[in-house]
Amino acid sequence: MTPLEPSPPVTARETYLNAGYSLKSWLLALDHKRIAILYFVSITLFFFVGGAFATLVRLELMTPRGDLVSSDTYNKLFTMHGIIMIFFFLIPSIPATLGNFLVPMMLGARDLAFPRLNLLSWYIFVAGGVLTMVAVVSGGVDTGWTFYTPYSSAFSNTSVVVTVVGVFVTGFSSILTGLNFIVTIHTLRAPGLTWGRLPLFIWSLYATSIIMILGTPVLAISLALVGAERIFHVGIFDPASGGDPLLFQHLFWYYSHPAVYIMILPGMGVVSEIIPCFARKNIFGYGVVALSSLAIAFTGFLVWGHHMFVSGQSVYSGLVFSFLSYLVAIPSAVKVFNWTATLYKGSISFHTPMLYAFGFLGLFTMGGLTGLFVAALGVDVHVHDTYFVVAHFHYIMVGGMVMAYLGGVHFWWPKISGRMYPEWIARFSAFVVFLGFNLTFFPQYVLGYLGMPRRYHSYPDEFQVLNVLSSAGASILAVGYVLPLIYLLASLKYGKAAGPNPWIATGLEWQTPSPPPTSNFPTTPTVTAGPYEYQDMEVPFVQR
Amino acid sequence: MCSVERGAQLQHQFDDIEQQRQADTLGMWAFLATETLFFGGVILAFSVYRLYYTKGFIEAAHRLHLGLGAINTAILLGSSFTVALAVHAASLGKKKRLVGLLLATGILGLAFLGVKFCEYWSEYREGLVPGLRFTYEGPFPAQVRLFFSFYFVMTALHAAHMVVGIAIFAVVAFQAWRGRYSPEYYSSVEVSGLYWHFVDIVWVFLFPLLYLLRG
Amino acid sequence: MNESFRLLPESASSVAASTDALYFFLCAISAFFTLLIFGLVFYFAVKYRRRSAEPPPRLAASNALEAFWTLVPFGIAVVIFFWGAKLYFHISRPPSDAMDIYVIGKQWMWKVQHPNGRREINELHVPLGRAVRVTLSSQDVIHSFYVPAFRIKQDAVPGRYTVTWFRPIRAGIYHLFCAEYCGTYHSHMIGRVVVLEPERYQAWLSGTPLDEAPEEAGASLFATLGCITCHGARAPTLAGLYGSEVRLADGGTARADEQYIRESILDSTAKIVSGYPPIMPSFRNQLTEEQLFDLLAYIKSLKDPLEKRKAQE
Repeated sequence: MTPLEPSPPVTARETYLNAGYSLKSWLLALDHKRIAILYFVSITLFFFVGGAFATLVRLELMTPRGDLVSSDTYNKLFTMHGIIMIFFFLIPSIPATLGNFLVPMMLGARDLAFPRLNLLSWYIFVAGGVLTMVAVVSGGVDTGWTFYTPYSSAFSNTSVVVTVVGVFVTGFSSILTGLNFIVTIHTLRAPGLTWGRLPLFIWSLYATSIIMILGTPVLAISLALVGAERIFHVGIFDPASGGDPLLFQHLFWYYSHPAVYIMILPGMGVVSEIIPCFARKNIFGYGVVALSSLAIAFTGFLVWGHHMFVSGQSVYSGLVFSFLSYLVAIPSAVKVFNWTATLYKGSISFHTPMLYAFGFLGLFTMGGLTGLFVAALGVDVHVHDTYFVVAHFHYIMVGGMVMAYLGGVHFWWPKISGRMYPEWIARFSAFVVFLGFNLTFFPQYVLGYLGMPRRYHSYPDEFQVLNVLSSAGASILAVGYVLPLIYLLASLKYGKAAGPNPWIATGLEWQTPSPPPTSNFPTTPTVTAGPYEYQDMEVPFVQR
Repeated sequence: MCSVERGAQLQHQFDDIEQQRQADTLGMWAFLATETLFFGGVILAFSVYRLYYTKGFIEAAHRLHLGLGAINTAILLGSSFTVALAVHAASLGKKKRLVGLLLATGILGLAFLGVKFCEYWSEYREGLVPGLRFTYEGPFPAQVRLFFSFYFVMTALHAAHMVVGIAIFAVVAFQAWRGRYSPEYYSSVEVSGLYWHFVDIVWVFLFPLLYLLRG
Repeated sequence: MNESFRLLPESASSVAASTDALYFFLCAISAFFTLLIFGLVFYFAVKYRRRSAEPPPRLAASNALEAFWTLVPFGIAVVIFFWGAKLYFHISRPPSDAMDIYVIGKQWMWKVQHPNGRREINELHVPLGRAVRVTLSSQDVIHSFYVPAFRIKQDAVPGRYTVTWFRPIRAGIYHLFCAEYCGTYHSHMIGRVVVLEPERYQAWLSGTPLDEAPEEAGASLFATLGCITCHGARAPTLAGLYGSEVRLADGGTARADEQYIRESILDSTAKIVSGYPPIMPSFRNQLTEEQLFDLLAYIKSLKDPLEKRKAQE
């Protein structure tokens, strides 16, 4: 094995990375690619902070007694794990990093429609994050990420107001990103790039952006009202003053259900880019896959009541929400079938992005199928608020979304950094993630049906075996997440130079050098074909 | 990054000024959609409670100053008129008229805020501010308190949006005075006008809900 | 850890088997589609792994295939929906012969009230085979009454009553969990449901000294709070009120169920009975949840004199 030596600099020409080295040129950057890097750094930080809280939670849950931390501390740990992972990692992740970097490039544009708004959205994100970290270090918050009233508005003794302000502020970051994407996709498409030729990543971000702008404001007002209630004791959600706790749940879930589609749709978009490239085939059912993203976005707004089947809402509401919840599952299933069909008669290679895409296919399918369980009224009565639900959403968010994110990061890493990552370590890492993930979360389905409720600090002895399995899996999963951090950073110095299109992929972004110059394209390209004409291209990486 | 052509500023990501104008307008409409959902949420919550506690809310509505609210409605509608005229002036390149109408809009906005402040002040003196000074002794005290909580949250949010709008008009008026807009490109005037019309429409919902539903 | 490893909780109620049946069906569907997708992906990955520089063939899109794999999942979803809905209807409708138990969730304990006055904390003794209707409320934040062995769960919401029911079919002791996060000791809000054969239940019931039955406690409250001064002459009579339709002053009607009676006590001017002035004082903040239950039990026991005579005949 050759000793590690820094590779020669990738290029002597101007790229977005060497266009300025000062801190100011980064912190006041208007280039969408630099802003994407700023987001990469911040959300990676938040991912590991949220992961640290998860580690402590899983450590505590290895034993039935609450013996590692106090009950109050435990309640803060799971609350802050949820808040950080959802609002500061999952929601921004793919849109603000890969989306910001790639949307203009995939459209043949020089930048997003509103570069200054883009930079502002990052600063708002950081401000919200700082506020929430202030809440974390000044005593924490223990309401659960769902902030149910009247506990959050009248009973909790923790930093609820600072937290809701932090999340409120961060919501605007989401809104501005979504707004920017919608306007960019409408107005800055290159000549010849009709809606029917858009990459599916763009379609998925378009659908995501619609949810961002129509859902986030309702979260903002719900949290604002909780804050007002805590400060002014106004009684909006407190039954002792005539308020209705269920009104909070309706307002909160009106955003927070579509929010899960904000989290998963971009991941689906990434998978739609990876599979055609590594199967060398046009995606099967392009039109259906594109429209299914819109169908998910639309229907996703109609199902929030499925979080409230046992809350005291009427049986008839339950029926409506259950039925609509089955409707929203169908477009996702259709996507899975189309992705699988794309593999048929393809020419498949197993590079790291494709391994993550396979992982997504399997784990998203499993997580999505368990959605059928929780949407079934009679079964949900039993599994609501148990570890079954925890397993369900982690399968989709972590088994689906995070794997798609890692797949996308690996796929576009050469374009973003100009370097290749080390392929074999990366493949090994993908397997570690897959294995660790399943060991962590599959036992939780069983735990949930057995009756172990969520948010429990201590639990009856008979649940211990499954909890130990889950915690063991978590330790493996952690390794799988730390490895990419190390080797991706190392590749910046030691990685092979990537060249403009190491994957021989379609897509306008691959027509630029790696890393790209600040203005992306010297002249605006013209598009004359669909997005996945792989059958017209050479087949790389052929084994002897 | 900005090339100044005849007062217009084409940003580098756009191919031509018309594309930039379309993007600006679409962007503002998308933003107004988010604002609709934002105010919609609190208006929905208010409406739910109005259905539950009709009598208490009617009692509370009588405690608001209908006359001042009506004056404010007239002021705000008037300011929408001036800003519409301003947009028209911009399309014709009439700089002096444009600046004057923008300033008029801002002044009417300030007048609205002034009247609102008077209302808030008298409501404070009458002890109708939950959380700060609430000394109401009449019928349905809990429901009246809830009403006033919503009243202050909704009108304060609306007022905050007006403050932002007035600040925007100050900036746009200044830019107009410096000759930055022409009939070819006056996007900033158009989208500020759109924003202001929206703020007006929110008031057109708040005023009947809060002041006029008094049984 | 000395119990045998289980994949399912015990089945101790009349709905447990039905819930498990739907669960097994869902497991089968999930296993089928999981194996299908995993299998296909694995099979295609092996069979179509890259072996030559030959570009793959173009495949025509197929509307028929898209329709097929849209409609088949939709069909399956509809089946699951109806099955789950049917089960849910059954779980939501207590049988008419159910005995009443009142449960109040409070940070961080369960307070149980039996019809004959017996009170328990964190324990609920019930007889085998008899349907039990649990009326729930909370004194502070939202809790949730969850008995995994019965497969039932219902949130206990402050400010309102919610209802769930079960019919135990196996004697034994079963976990009662709080399933809605409620603060510091949420995970300590654990109790037991003890299902006893009928004779042993009777023995338990008459075992230790009883508190006053709720109806009697309610009757005393009715007197000491002064309700009796109006609701005998000037105010609407309460005999036979429970379950009847009430004509309201604004022209509407209301059904005098538990929620109506509770509201009339706490928020007396919300619904005024036709023909009466709105002068009933409110008793908000003067009564605990237990006292409200006692008054409710007393008012429910007040039969219409005509009905009483009919029942005696």
